[in-house]
Amino acid sequence: MRATVLVRPKPGILDPQGQAVESSLRHLGFEVADARVGRLVEIDLATDDRDEAQAQLERMCEQLLTNPLIESYEIALGGGA
Amino acid sequence: MSDRPRIAVVVFPGSNDDRDAALALEQLGADAPLVWHTDEALPDGTAAVVLPGGFSYGDYLRCGAIARFSPIMRAVGAFAAEGGLVLGICNGFQILTEAGLLPGALRPNASLSFVCRDVPLIVESSETPFTSRCEPGQAISIPVKHGDGCWFADADLLGELERNSQIVLRYAAGGNPNGSIDDVAGVTNVDRNVFGLMPHPEHAVDALLGSTDGALLLGSLVDAARLSVGAFV
Repeated sequence: MRATVLVRPKPGILDPQGQAVESSLRHLGFEVADARVGRLVEIDLATDDRDEAQAQLERMCEQLLTNPLIESYEIALGGGA
Repeated sequence: MSDRPRIAVVVFPGSNDDRDAALALEQLGADAPLVWHTDEALPDGTAAVVLPGGFSYGDYLRCGAIARFSPIMRAVGAFAAEGGLVLGICNGFQILTEAGLLPGALRPNASLSFVCRDVPLIVESSETPFTSRCEPGQAISIPVKHGDGCWFADADLLGELERNSQIVLRYAAGGNPNGSIDDVAGVTNVDRNVFGLMPHPEHAVDALLGSTDGALLLGSLVDAARLSVGAFV
């Protein structure tokens, strides 16, 4: 089963990458109020069981994919391959 | 009692200050063997451990996020849990926060620029094994060189660290090179046997390179390691 994990800097965390992107977009003439930069991780799991996949992905996020002090995450499960 | 306490310097793939750290510690009177990241145990008689600067495992994902799972880190964690002295410098500091051995997290510099220069620092507490050769409030100068040194803690955690006097090193007013919250440059754990800092004391031990203030910190560690020989491992 394929899954995506979206990792975001938590609200209130300084995001200099987002600020640089926001500033560049303004220079290009776009009217932008804010931009935040996170990370998208695409994972191909061995299991096709949605509950099992969800549980595994949450453990991955807690152990490696995110630092819970500064980042939040959203898991999206894709259909079976 | 050895008069040259053994201070192990861990080498991760991508470490680049390991030899400088070992050389500085040797000059200050320690025996400083290099320990490879795949080793599962610290050398016999280890009195302290240093995690050096660099870019361990390419610093992929987040700085220090991968290195914390190295086999040697299990031994370092166990050593720290028994009260063993552990110092993390720059990337070593990042690894220790990712491993949960030190509070807070290190984020990209607010400027997004890599900074490489001497910075003015204030030693907030001399009551740690890493700052005993300093006076409280002492102004020192040590170089930094990092892209991800912006230490962060939320208000609750910051208050707790303040109350416990765990914020041991700050950038002097106006001298913060990375935007870290409350000008924090280095913190200890609650028990004060684990310390991490972004500045590089190992690059400031020889007058030929400018400041020798780094010797105050590493010398304090050598003193403490000498006293603790035989207490661990």
